[in-house]
Amino acid sequence: MAYIPHTDADRAAMLAAIGISKLEELFEAVPAEHRFPSLDIPDALSEMEALWELQALATANAAGPEYATFLGAGAYNHYSPSVINHILLRGEFYTAYTPYQPEMSQGTLQATYEWQSMIAHLTGMDAANASHYDGATSFAEAVTVALTHHKGKRNKVILSPNIHPQYRAVARTYHQGNGTRFVGDKSGRATLDDLLDLLDDNTALFAVQYPNFFGQIEDFRGLAEKVHAAGALLCIITTPIALGLLKPPGALGADIVVGEGQSLGVPLSYGGPYLGFFAVKNDYVRKIAGRIVGETVDGDGRRAYVMTLRPREQDIRREKATSNICTNQGLMALAGCIYLALMGKQGLRRVAEVCYHKAHYAAENITDLPGYQVANRLPFFNEFVVTCPRPVAEINRFLYEEHNIIGGYDLTQDYPDREHQMLVAVTEMNTRAEIDALVEALDAANGA
Amino acid sequence: MTTQTVQAKVLEPLIYELSSSGRKADTLLPKLDVPQAEPLPDHLLRDSLDLPEVSELDVVRHFVRLSQLNYAIDKGFYPLGSCTMKYNPKIDEDTARLPGFAQLHPLQAPETAQGALALMYTLQKWLSEISGFAGCSLQPAAGAQGEYAGILMIRAYHLERGDTKRTKILVPDSAHGTNPATSAMAGYTVVNLPSDERGDVDLAALRAAADETVAGMMITVPSTLGVFDENIKEIIKIVHDCGGLMYMDGANMNAMLGVVKPGELGFDVMHYNLHKTFSTPHGGGGPGSGPVAVNEKLLPFLPGPIVAIVEESSFEDGAPLYGFVMPEKSIGRLKAFHGNFGMHVRAYTYIALHGAEGLKAISRHAVLNANYVRVRLADTYTVPYNRMCGHEFVLEGRFEGVPDIHALDISKRLMDYGIHPPTNYFPLIVPEALLIEPTESESKETLDRFIAAMHAIAQEARETPDLLHSAPHTMPVSRVDEVYAAKNLMLCCQVPSAE
Repeated sequence: MAYIPHTDADRAAMLAAIGISKLEELFEAVPAEHRFPSLDIPDALSEMEALWELQALATANAAGPEYATFLGAGAYNHYSPSVINHILLRGEFYTAYTPYQPEMSQGTLQATYEWQSMIAHLTGMDAANASHYDGATSFAEAVTVALTHHKGKRNKVILSPNIHPQYRAVARTYHQGNGTRFVGDKSGRATLDDLLDLLDDNTALFAVQYPNFFGQIEDFRGLAEKVHAAGALLCIITTPIALGLLKPPGALGADIVVGEGQSLGVPLSYGGPYLGFFAVKNDYVRKIAGRIVGETVDGDGRRAYVMTLRPREQDIRREKATSNICTNQGLMALAGCIYLALMGKQGLRRVAEVCYHKAHYAAENITDLPGYQVANRLPFFNEFVVTCPRPVAEINRFLYEEHNIIGGYDLTQDYPDREHQMLVAVTEMNTRAEIDALVEALDAANGA
Repeated sequence: MTTQTVQAKVLEPLIYELSSSGRKADTLLPKLDVPQAEPLPDHLLRDSLDLPEVSELDVVRHFVRLSQLNYAIDKGFYPLGSCTMKYNPKIDEDTARLPGFAQLHPLQAPETAQGALALMYTLQKWLSEISGFAGCSLQPAAGAQGEYAGILMIRAYHLERGDTKRTKILVPDSAHGTNPATSAMAGYTVVNLPSDERGDVDLAALRAAADETVAGMMITVPSTLGVFDENIKEIIKIVHDCGGLMYMDGANMNAMLGVVKPGELGFDVMHYNLHKTFSTPHGGGGPGSGPVAVNEKLLPFLPGPIVAIVEESSFEDGAPLYGFVMPEKSIGRLKAFHGNFGMHVRAYTYIALHGAEGLKAISRHAVLNANYVRVRLADTYTVPYNRMCGHEFVLEGRFEGVPDIHALDISKRLMDYGIHPPTNYFPLIVPEALLIEPTESESKETLDRFIAAMHAIAQEARETPDLLHSAPHTMPVSRVDEVYAAKNLMLCCQVPSAE
């Protein structure tokens, strides 16, 4: 039987030790009328049959080297260096549990500490935790920190409409039971000044995205001062590759910085597992959820690492905890840590520059096409909005069916008034030939 | 400090400490093949970036050496109660990395992701079948998120009926900390229920608490004490009779496959931990995956989107068209995109490799192993609820006449025997608790070695207690000072700024 090593002799000896004669007698506490139901699950496959079945399912998806993709919107097709997968496949990392026993877990603990350090440095903040489920849940937890910081006396959260729609949706799901009011994003067109007008003494958190969901880099100079003058906290949602180039959110005065870490060497994998990073200024360290690793010493004075500030967590604080989170995205944080180590100081900047230049090359060539227009009011990093001559869904079907191109994100799905608008992402993975092919195909789509 | 003392005091330098200004891993990026764009305005650019500067070989050696400081299932026995540390089949890692899955973007048109959607649809069906429920959402990223989804659904169910007086969730005192934390997150007051002397829920206390202000009850089956509550049907009836709904924490589902279906017992909602029961690996603390399954009553409230057949095939035996749908009264989205899909692939592979008979065998052998160890240790250790257990059981890590020995000492000493300690100090209601879960993948020989180690430690506790107090002796570090870490918070290494 799969992965069960018992021989008949083992079973007999063990049953005898327990004082019963068959396995079924182990379950007499289960109500007899419900005991041992049938299971309508297909018969077991051998390993090779299972592999074939999964290969058939995998190849039924349009993904892999034969497709060029220009889809981003919160998940990006960046290169994951070979080293990452080799390290991730070490059983010492991926078959370990949460490092509750530090003497047996120094590898996981030190890697997590390094991850926290890199995220703190990248975002320009004082400290980071071991990670959350993804960027969206990191943001929902940032709302919790702000509410906790104000001891429940402020319940308003101002959301820029330029924050990823799914992040805003997740924050609302998380906080549907505690009376939090989310404002600012309803019309989808509020400017930064409109949002600042909403600030009052009931505002717990002011949240923006940098670069925003549409790829634009808004000018946040002076924002933190205004938010802080109202006594609210500022959360900046960001994306780590862009920070290879951009001024870190910490330097913009953010109190909390969160975002999706998938770009750091984690495969697209149809949306998960990813990892949310979460960084704060020192004032808020004791209010954040999730695991945090700290440096310490062992009994012999050797440097060691251990999970710390544990009394915040659900297993100790129970109903008084501010979050129920117990897992982090340990293995994904390890991937991110290896990615940032490999890329390093110069490499991360280089990836960001390559993305930037390629995206601008694509945008310029698309702008030149008849019928297409690129929004260029604000500087952008590697994502931009194209207004198309036809519905985006139609264009994407044409790109896919005729050219093996996965087109950009159809913005009407979340912003009904953004008719014919496509959000295009370009990364270091898109060659010039792919970009040229996209431009040509878009042109053809106009006439098709 | 001289270099030599630094080396003696540091197991492995931080990656930042290996850094040399100007060093880089240069093979990773191609040359720029497009013209350079106008640079961004200066005020948007950062002036320094503190990341390490190391070679690829530096990185490989550093992380390989770190891995060697870890213990893991692949190294040895890991009887960590409530965590189901079973063998993680290698094939699961291969299937999850197939390019058609790994390189698939979550926002692609569903027509271009039919393989992934078919997999998710089938997994939803299998998880519903195994638990006896009507439907399932794969959205939750972990068990705790599954719990939160469940409690939000219970809340939405009552509110939808205009029933606004329900403010409480009942939680047994043996529960995982996530249960009360989840209830509080959803705005509920938590009512803790005591356990009786057999480890079951105290029925009198339950009856006294069950009134029209109860929204529901969260209970783990088998309980975290490792026992099947003998009154489970009665408990469910009491809560239903007062208008509450029943949530089953599925953390211990490894004892239930093909043994009993929670939906048939009368539960309204449960979550799975795919990283426990279906062996998607724990990854050193995640990623997990916590699908939530419900009966007909809660079906419209499932977190979404979920996968459905949106168009039947027009020809016989043809594949239908799968797509995402948002359940009619959904509590909403719990994370971006569609859940931890990579974990869905691993769980699907695992279930396919087992089939119905294999799944049944899992629970029968997990429970056999736990009871075997329980019986063999009950002569040396106090087993407070010494009756037939599920896939785990709890014992007391203390001995009469040896007041200085605690569960923690026994745990640390086990490391010297090459075994990961059981969960210690949980459940909270057992003094010096050690919660032991062997799982079905361990052989009788492994269990016998563990039993022998536990017996030896019991003897050491009496004869050479210092051996336990100063344990572990064979790990990369000796006992780690948790208090020092909390008092001298260092969460981020400081980099000597070069710029």
